[in-house]
Amino acid sequence: MVDDQILQMRSITKEFPGVKALQDVSLSVRRQEIHAICGENGAGKSTLMKVLSGVYPHGTYSGEIYFDGQPCEFADIRQSEQRGIVIIHQELALSPYLSIAENIFLGNERSRRGMIDWNATNAAAAALLERVGLSENPVTRVMDIGVGKQQLVEIAKALSKDVKLLILDEPTAALNDVDSDHLLGLLRGLKEEGITCIIISHKLNEIKAIADSTTIIRDGKSIETLDMATGVSEDRIIKGMVGRELDNRYPEHTSTIGEELFRIEDWTVHHPQHKERIIVDHANLTIRRGEIVGLAGLMGAGRTELAMSVFGRAYGASITGRLYKSGKQIQARSVREAIDHGLAYATEDRKVYGLNLIEDIKRNISGAALSKLSTRGWVDDGKEFEVANSYRTSMNIKAPTVLSITGKLSGGNQQKVVLSKWMFADPDVLILDEPTRGIDVGAKYEIYLIINKLADEGKGVLVISSELPELLGICDRIYTLSAGHITGEVPRAEASQEILMQYMTRDQRTLTDLPAEAIEDPAHSVQVSETSIDLKKG
Amino acid sequence: MSTGIATKPSTPAPPPSPGSNFLSSARKGLGQSGIFIAFFAILALFAVLTKGTILTPQNISNLVVQNSYILILAIGMVIVIIAGHIDLSVGSVVGFTGALAGVFIVQMGLPVWLGVLLVLGIGAVVGAWQGYWVAYFGIPAFIVTLAGMLIFRGGTLLVLGNKQISPFPDSFRNISAGFADGLVGYINVPAFLGGGEADLFTLLLGAASVAVLIWTQTRTRAARVKYHQSVGSRAAFIARMAVAGVAIMYFVLQLSKFKGLPYVLFVLAILVLLYSAVMNRSVFGRHVYAIGGNLHAAELSGIRVKSVTFWVFVNMGVLAALAGIVFAARLNLANPTNGASFELDAIAAAFIGGAAVTGGVGRVIGAIVGGLTVGVLNNGMSILGVDVAYQQVIKGLVLLGAVAFDVYSKRRSGGR
Repeated sequence: MVDDQILQMRSITKEFPGVKALQDVSLSVRRQEIHAICGENGAGKSTLMKVLSGVYPHGTYSGEIYFDGQPCEFADIRQSEQRGIVIIHQELALSPYLSIAENIFLGNERSRRGMIDWNATNAAAAALLERVGLSENPVTRVMDIGVGKQQLVEIAKALSKDVKLLILDEPTAALNDVDSDHLLGLLRGLKEEGITCIIISHKLNEIKAIADSTTIIRDGKSIETLDMATGVSEDRIIKGMVGRELDNRYPEHTSTIGEELFRIEDWTVHHPQHKERIIVDHANLTIRRGEIVGLAGLMGAGRTELAMSVFGRAYGASITGRLYKSGKQIQARSVREAIDHGLAYATEDRKVYGLNLIEDIKRNISGAALSKLSTRGWVDDGKEFEVANSYRTSMNIKAPTVLSITGKLSGGNQQKVVLSKWMFADPDVLILDEPTRGIDVGAKYEIYLIINKLADEGKGVLVISSELPELLGICDRIYTLSAGHITGEVPRAEASQEILMQYMTRDQRTLTDLPAEAIEDPAHSVQVSETSIDLKKG
Repeated sequence: MSTGIATKPSTPAPPPSPGSNFLSSARKGLGQSGIFIAFFAILALFAVLTKGTILTPQNISNLVVQNSYILILAIGMVIVIIAGHIDLSVGSVVGFTGALAGVFIVQMGLPVWLGVLLVLGIGAVVGAWQGYWVAYFGIPAFIVTLAGMLIFRGGTLLVLGNKQISPFPDSFRNISAGFADGLVGYINVPAFLGGGEADLFTLLLGAASVAVLIWTQTRTRAARVKYHQSVGSRAAFIARMAVAGVAIMYFVLQLSKFKGLPYVLFVLAILVLLYSAVMNRSVFGRHVYAIGGNLHAAELSGIRVKSVTFWVFVNMGVLAALAGIVFAARLNLANPTNGASFELDAIAAAFIGGAAVTGGVGRVIGAIVGGLTVGVLNNGMSILGVDVAYQQVIKGLVLLGAVAFDVYSKRRSGGR
């Protein structure tokens, strides 16, 4: 069966000074299959793919690579692309100000005598876009299309290079379910066309849905390759990834819910640049003491925008509405004011909005409440160190000291630093936006425990998540947001993925199907909420 | 140099831990001491090439006085750069404020202290003007200060009416040209230290600063041990203190043999101490680092980004005005071309001293040593009689090399 294999990586060992990132890893991929690679963050998946694609040139690792039966000794990524191996990284490598067509042929321009042939470029781009099922004009700027479509542009770009083996690193991490489904369907189609795919993903349900085989990597070693045709369960994969059975992905927790703590009333937010666009429309939301509240919604529903606009108007323009803290109306016109009123917002994008990556753990943790460590404007270094150290211990941040640079930590540990920062600020209401995005299974569980602990301390927690099982697993009550409207409020006992998805897609339907007055009526969104509260009482 | 080491911030020696953290700490350690090593290497090189001329008392004294205004600018500049901005206007502001000093003190006959205060106040207004456009209006500092470069150079010409103003009164000139000499008498230097007479006051002040340095460093170290932070070995610590103490005392001895302590060195030392403390230990300084390191994260941490940025520029304006005063006092002249291209020297000092082009990284003492490095290059090459054309080329290459080293070491350690 050897000739059946398009790719063989044998005994790959890759060392960084002081660390063995990969140790004797082997990977065999059959021609025309979708091969998933699973493993916790830091297990070595991305490193393996960087070895394969020539990002780490031949000679910096040991072991052998055979592609199409030929040995590979790539000095750089161009050489691997010439052989038909194309990698699409998690962070998309598109230039936002260039058109779709320009991006597709970037570095590979359709030209005649040094001059770009725009007709040929755009025509070829249009053909590729059709192949990936993207109905956009090739001259549209990439910044003007959503992230789901940008992912498709990346794939079109790969196809333009005559790809034989397509590697996708977390392709659906930033996509909503509709876009994810489309992407996975596209991968199946490419498979029929003879293209082999390697997909790195944390989303086990996706892997189960599309992978033909799955290789599990743990601590830099290849553990096993599972044949997915034999009906491998998600728990089976998790067991391989963490090296133990994971009976329960969500910790048991019973919330002690107290009085109302925080209320958002009639909250309307407009787009900061396009002022006529309404991003959040008359939203109402309540968080009670000790309660974990979920906020579900598809990409673009306005979840992050709602949270950030509440958090000291960090997003949006012409914001109207009222905020109440313990029944009293409050003003939060700046982030500082919001923090002073006991609000905290842990962002979905740690690297861009959450952390100072070039700074150490200590200074990141103290960053939002430096005044607590200082007298008359001077910071007490020793106290700061003590505080940071206590969080490193209690939050189980895996780093040798609090002087470690946060940019070097894994996603899970970075997230723990972000949470520590906000816990130190000691807020009453925490808004956690995608708290477990890009975090491995084990660390996710720890994050859930932290969230539960915060609720037990009497704080109110609002969790925004794209993963419905996560919301169902940890929240007491879940709101759904759709196109800026709160379309539903469901207690945990009655919630299911199907019900939530129904609410999450509701408003989009009403916008087109219902008569105009139903959309105009601001009570519309409230109405749904009230019925679900009734449900809960009953 | 002398007092600078006293404020070495609380970044410990690399902890003996495995993995990437060790690397990053090592890089950090090397990156921070790299400029010191480079400075002494260059100094040693010129000491050999000039057969010791560069280390004569008069020359060392000149080195400080000649570079003082650049060093003052470099302190403000490194803070601007840490905040993620740049200030191209400081050279013009030096000219503008020097011209105003001439108008106030020479033409209007105001008392020197009042004239100086007025000029510093106007420096603050200049900084506030630029800070407003950068922080609150959102125009990139490069553009705002490029405009400022033109505006304040033009302002200098307007104030002076295309003429020079001089001479300044002696009390004003002393800011830059004065020495604390003979206040408590002189002592004879033993023969093994070169012999001759030395100013006792300067020596005592030098000894005091060494004592303060050792005291603060020991205290910092003790605090770190108390909180179980990793510290270097005791021997290394003692060796470091000894080297620093000897270097300072040698430097002070040379000064005391020449004319004593230049007043401007005193001013500079206080500025270095003050700003090192502000950048390392104050909430304001921390916020500057946070803004430069990640603007968005700083904003979402409740840091008043606009206000901090504004004050960073106000501070730069005040320091530029101070540099303008020191420079005018040194030349004894308010001239339309005063301060031309000083911004480039100040920026070079900050970058040679280890500031990152992307913001968030840099140290006051680094900028000072960076500025002194350029000063030693200038001074040494002048003594050697190197053609001015080659001097420019060499300084340019040193700047490029310093930043290249920074970028290279970051890449080696896998940082962004």
